[in-house]
Amino acid sequence: MVRAIRGAAAVLLALVLLPACGGGGSGSAKKVVVGSANFPENQLLAEMYAQALEAKGITVDRKFNIGAREVTFKQISSGGLSVLPEYNGALLAYLDKASTATSTADVNAAVKAKLPTSLTILDSAQAEDKDSLNVTKATADKYSLKTIDDLRPVAGQLIVGGPPEFKTRQQGIVGLKSQYGLEFKEFRSLDTAGPVTVAALQKGDIQVANLFTTDPAIVVNGFVVLDDTKNLFSSQNVTPLINKAAVDATAQGALNAVSAKLDTTTLTQLMRKLAVDKQDPDKVAKDWLKSAGLV
Amino acid sequence: MSAFRDAWHWFFQSAQWSGVDSIPTRLGQHLYYSGVALLLAVAIAVPLGLLIGHTNRGGFAVVNLANAARALPTVGVVLLVVTLAGIGFLPVIVPLVALAVPPVLVNTYAGIRQVEPELVDASRCMGMRGRQVLSSVEVPIALPLILLGVRTAAIQIVSTATIAAFVGLGGLGRFIFDGLARQEYPTVIGGAVLVVSLALLTEMIFFGAQRLLVSPGLRTR
Amino acid sequence: MDWAWVGGHVPLLSERVREHVPMAVLPVLFGLLISVPLGIACVRWPRLYPPVLALTSILYALPSIALFAVLVNVTGLRTATVIIPLTLYTLSVLLRNVVDGLRSVPESVRQSATAMGFSPLRRLAQVELPIAAPVVIAGTRVATVSNISLVSVGGLVGLGGLGQLFTDGFQLHQTTRIIMGIVLTVALAIVAHGLLVAAQRVLTPWARRSTGKAKP
Repeated sequence: MVRAIRGAAAVLLALVLLPACGGGGSGSAKKVVVGSANFPENQLLAEMYAQALEAKGITVDRKFNIGAREVTFKQISSGGLSVLPEYNGALLAYLDKASTATSTADVNAAVKAKLPTSLTILDSAQAEDKDSLNVTKATADKYSLKTIDDLRPVAGQLIVGGPPEFKTRQQGIVGLKSQYGLEFKEFRSLDTAGPVTVAALQKGDIQVANLFTTDPAIVVNGFVVLDDTKNLFSSQNVTPLINKAAVDATAQGALNAVSAKLDTTTLTQLMRKLAVDKQDPDKVAKDWLKSAGLV
Repeated sequence: MSAFRDAWHWFFQSAQWSGVDSIPTRLGQHLYYSGVALLLAVAIAVPLGLLIGHTNRGGFAVVNLANAARALPTVGVVLLVVTLAGIGFLPVIVPLVALAVPPVLVNTYAGIRQVEPELVDASRCMGMRGRQVLSSVEVPIALPLILLGVRTAAIQIVSTATIAAFVGLGGLGRFIFDGLARQEYPTVIGGAVLVVSLALLTEMIFFGAQRLLVSPGLRTR
Repeated sequence: MDWAWVGGHVPLLSERVREHVPMAVLPVLFGLLISVPLGIACVRWPRLYPPVLALTSILYALPSIALFAVLVNVTGLRTATVIIPLTLYTLSVLLRNVVDGLRSVPESVRQSATAMGFSPLRRLAQVELPIAAPVVIAGTRVATVSNISLVSVGGLVGLGGLGQLFTDGFQLHQTTRIIMGIVLTVALAIVAHGLLVAAQRVLTPWARRSTGKAKP
């Protein structure tokens, strides 16, 4: 019995490892390291970038699901990563808490000014994915909530949930207090707008949740997105952040081509395929790149 | 090493001692998760180990299964159960308990098995029946090994309860994950120090328990 | 459980395993390299042992997730971030085994070797270490299986390996990924365990032959 199990384990590992032997031998070309933050949409975008680069014959190393921007930015600055799918508004808020730029053009100009010399951003896609505050329909009805301002009188009774970094971000609790005057009863660290946060909002463990606007869970669960009247969350166009030394002109061209074809409707549809239809990120990426003529 | 100096200061900031995200709250949550998991694991594994050891039936199969279970990755099992059963207290506790049962079970079984047969015979000759043999002879002699198993399980549980924070629960892991996401090193280090201290405290408690509970005649083992 | 997914994603699974193995095995090698000389020193100078043992016990109690989180900013997203803490864990497991193994050498054997003209170094290499070997290899087995499981914790902070199958699977709500991660981790542990048992047989052929040998 023990021998049989040992044999099975060895066979399984062999099956998994052997195919790699044949396909090995990476070229001497420079490797581009594509990273992603720790939520599925970012992983999908990174996978799209990776496949677009590979279609141009570039060798890609994937380092996905790393962590929050607070972690990934350090990695790309130090050269550990070459490409990251970023959101221009959030990136600007990270680089400069005091910035008031809101339009895509202004935000991008401000970002370029604030980035260290080793980094730059490429063209922004039209597609946007913003942070947002969400409540259940029941909560919205109970307190007559339509915009984030409507939260001010009742915030003290409500628990807000989001990723740990939301608490210390300008485009987070800090900005909600300074721009909207919101003081919540409690902030709960959950995950990056993922299953934990959605479940907490559904169950009522939290009353307000930080979710991303392209997340199908909002529509599926009938959550109400509160209007960001003061544009705290500004423009959030999907924009490739690159380490200049690692990304040559061909690679930049490939990434810009992806951005040119990506709009919010498309991104939302792709997220549905990922989250609702449960398709794999690499399949969703491949199908879309093919239909857009990019691979 | 200014990070360590900052971590030292972190402990003394008043914010850390009141409110939801405070050291006492997180510590309390961590103790709660660990305590419940350990009690359940012991409640399942010790009687089972005693039964298998005393009757000497099914020992081989059980011990091998338990040893195999040690190879299971805790993170994987917890995330699997949570993905299937949803976010909450039980989906996290059940895997913790399941993974803590093997060390207790194996050690309890081994403890009973290593009692010299002559002693068991002698006690039967003295007129003791099955249950009495178990309680008056086998368990006291097996106690050092049983305690070792429980101690191992306790340390393991205290360490892995940090994962509860990854799926939105509380506990000391909250400091580690939050600190990492916000790149606040004093918090990460502070959380780590607290978990280590708790683990060391657990070791000391069991050391003390061993001194109290194990019969002096067995101390040399 | 989606078998079709498994069939179509062998390269992905392969890459995760190939990331995972060095992160689990290298710490064991480094741990051995450190613990054997250190253990020898602790036996030679017994006063050294209690403080060193206490230090390694504390290292063992450190939660791996915390060590990975702290090291990510120092050593980056590379395997070093996992290897350093796991080497420390392996060290704390193996030190005890090396010392116990060396101490289990019967005094009579040691004296016979000296009587036969063995220098201390030769005695160590040809008599004491071989006798200690089974205990050390047993510890190596425990450390290796343990490491294989611990490397997956690194997945929680983006360090790759089979652990990433757990976090990806959790976020994408795909149980197949998580299950395959568990299955491959266990398979690695089984194979590693088997290899080390075989290694023990090869390195200590005399242990098999003697049936009446007194256990240390």
